[in-house]
Amino acid sequence: MLNLLVRSLWNRRGTAVLTIFSISISVTLLLGVENIRQGVRTSFSSAVSGTDIIVGARGGSLQLLLYSIFRIGNAPNNLSLESYNEFRNNRRVRWTIPLSLGDSHRGFRVLGTNQDYFKYFRYGSKKKLEFTKGKSFSEVFDAVIGSEVANNLKYQLNGNIIIAHGTGNISFLKHEDRPFKVVGILRPTGTPVDQTIHVSLEGITAMHIDWKSGAPPLEGEGLSSEDIMKLDLKSEEITSFLIGLRSKIHAFDLQRKINSYKEEPLSAIMPGVALQELWDILRTAETGLRVITWFVLFAGLLGMITALLSGLNERRREMAILRSVGAGPSTISFLLIFEAMVLTFTGILFGLFFLYITLFVSQPLLEAYFGLFIPINSISFKELILLGGILLTGMLMGVIPAFKAYRQSLVDGMTIRL
Amino acid sequence: MDQVILDIKNVRFRWKNSGSLLLNLPEFKIEKHEHVFLQGPSGSGKSTLLALVGGILVAESGTLKVLGQDIQNLSRSGRDSFRVDHIGFIFQLFNLLPYLSIEDNVMLPLSFSSIRAKRAGKTKLDQVNEARRLLKALALGEQLAEKSPVIELSVGQQQRVAAARALIGNPELIIADEPTSALDADVRHSFLELLFGECKKAGSTLLFVSHDSNLCELFNRKISIDELNNIRN
Repeated sequence: MLNLLVRSLWNRRGTAVLTIFSISISVTLLLGVENIRQGVRTSFSSAVSGTDIIVGARGGSLQLLLYSIFRIGNAPNNLSLESYNEFRNNRRVRWTIPLSLGDSHRGFRVLGTNQDYFKYFRYGSKKKLEFTKGKSFSEVFDAVIGSEVANNLKYQLNGNIIIAHGTGNISFLKHEDRPFKVVGILRPTGTPVDQTIHVSLEGITAMHIDWKSGAPPLEGEGLSSEDIMKLDLKSEEITSFLIGLRSKIHAFDLQRKINSYKEEPLSAIMPGVALQELWDILRTAETGLRVITWFVLFAGLLGMITALLSGLNERRREMAILRSVGAGPSTISFLLIFEAMVLTFTGILFGLFFLYITLFVSQPLLEAYFGLFIPINSISFKELILLGGILLTGMLMGVIPAFKAYRQSLVDGMTIRL
Repeated sequence: MDQVILDIKNVRFRWKNSGSLLLNLPEFKIEKHEHVFLQGPSGSGKSTLLALVGGILVAESGTLKVLGQDIQNLSRSGRDSFRVDHIGFIFQLFNLLPYLSIEDNVMLPLSFSSIRAKRAGKTKLDQVNEARRLLKALALGEQLAEKSPVIELSVGQQQRVAAARALIGNPELIIADEPTSALDADVRHSFLELLFGECKKAGSTLLFVSHDSNLCELFNRKISIDELNNIRN
């Protein structure tokens, strides 16, 4: 019987292949959207592991999270070094990482920080930053670059970098007179670190020394790099800082304290809470996307039913012959339901195949261009349930042509109508 | 009693939505090994009679016994399996499934009837051999050896494949519904000779339905549907 079904389907392989194709595309889409959604979440969450509090100038918590961790958008204001030192020396604080942002290099953000960054910053499952080549910066004009920066711009150790003022890809104001030297390249992390150029806080100050009203010194008037290195380059401002606590119990306490700090208006956020805020905003978009993919699936299954229904008329001869050799109307309708199941099942298999192919191909691309690391996992239990549901839906929809075939074969009997 | 293959008594049939009586058969019997020629013009109710015998339709009254079993008392699925167990059908045209090989077309009833499968052979291989034997006996050895697709066969060859399918597993009754009307006159005779020969070997009874009375000399019993059908009463 199965043999009969397979041969019959093979005889109509043109339509069958198209049906399977449309089902598989919708399965790929459905699971793909889910995978990317999960990937985005893990990607975002993994960028801030280990940090308890982020502090910046007074502003929205989401904005603070986005510019300090994900290098998205700009800070509304800087904060003074005094405030930073005040909280750095708080007895509940185990470590801090100062962050100074605002410059870029060929589209990659430049981050001014200190050695604590390499010591305390954690990503993913509490992983430390590691160097593929070189070491951390020690001189004013030293730079440590993320893996994507190195890959994209083909930078080697000891290469020179000229940093532009502002964060655009193309800037007219360039710190051309003060090139930086690459002293270290970081191992890939799958976080925004990969797209960041790290320099010392002194380096950031050095870049902007003797600039007047936001414009570089005229030619010949500026100080040379050698001269600058002799100066005291203590910076007076930073953009934000990360805090690691001795005990997480005090997180709320410290947050309240920072938020009500009298000397300067500051905002303190907990990354997990801010991320949740981000998910809440994205949820509507996600739901919309999910609804669309469900409709695509529905359209795919509907296409299958249409193909089966319109095929029934041409298959009257087949049905009549089967009835003459003892197939009842129920056998014939069972064949149609089974056919719908075979088509859906094959569609699901191909859908999974396409999904994994797409993931394997797009994984490095997404990572390179969006800093998104989409993990390739085997099918989860939840997805298995989902696929089972699709199969069941396909079978249930097969009831429609099966019912028509039942009635048709009752009326036709063994009479061959064409 | 087991010498009577078909026994019809007072069978009346009308389509549900049209009120007029289509068939009224007071009596019609076919004995074992008979080759019956049932003649009648198209629209005379021949196909309806065959559908009744095959258990596709049910009469409104009367008894219709095949091999002593009143098939009207069987359930619908009971009638379906009874049909394949005991009756082989040959139709006018388009008897074959285009996507199956010649052999698989012949062996089609065996997957629906264990009785006929058993009679055709103990193992799958025996059954394939039986299908081949029948095809060779019906002068299709060449097409079988060449593994010709069924759609490339001539109409005459297709009808012989259909005959082999009706005969496999030795069903007690073979019903042929205008099987020769699409064939040329010379092919028609050779087809009938082969069919008769194999029916005899298989011990099957033949009910042959046609509007073409030229063929009737070849049969040992001839009957017209008008003689059987008494719709005026």
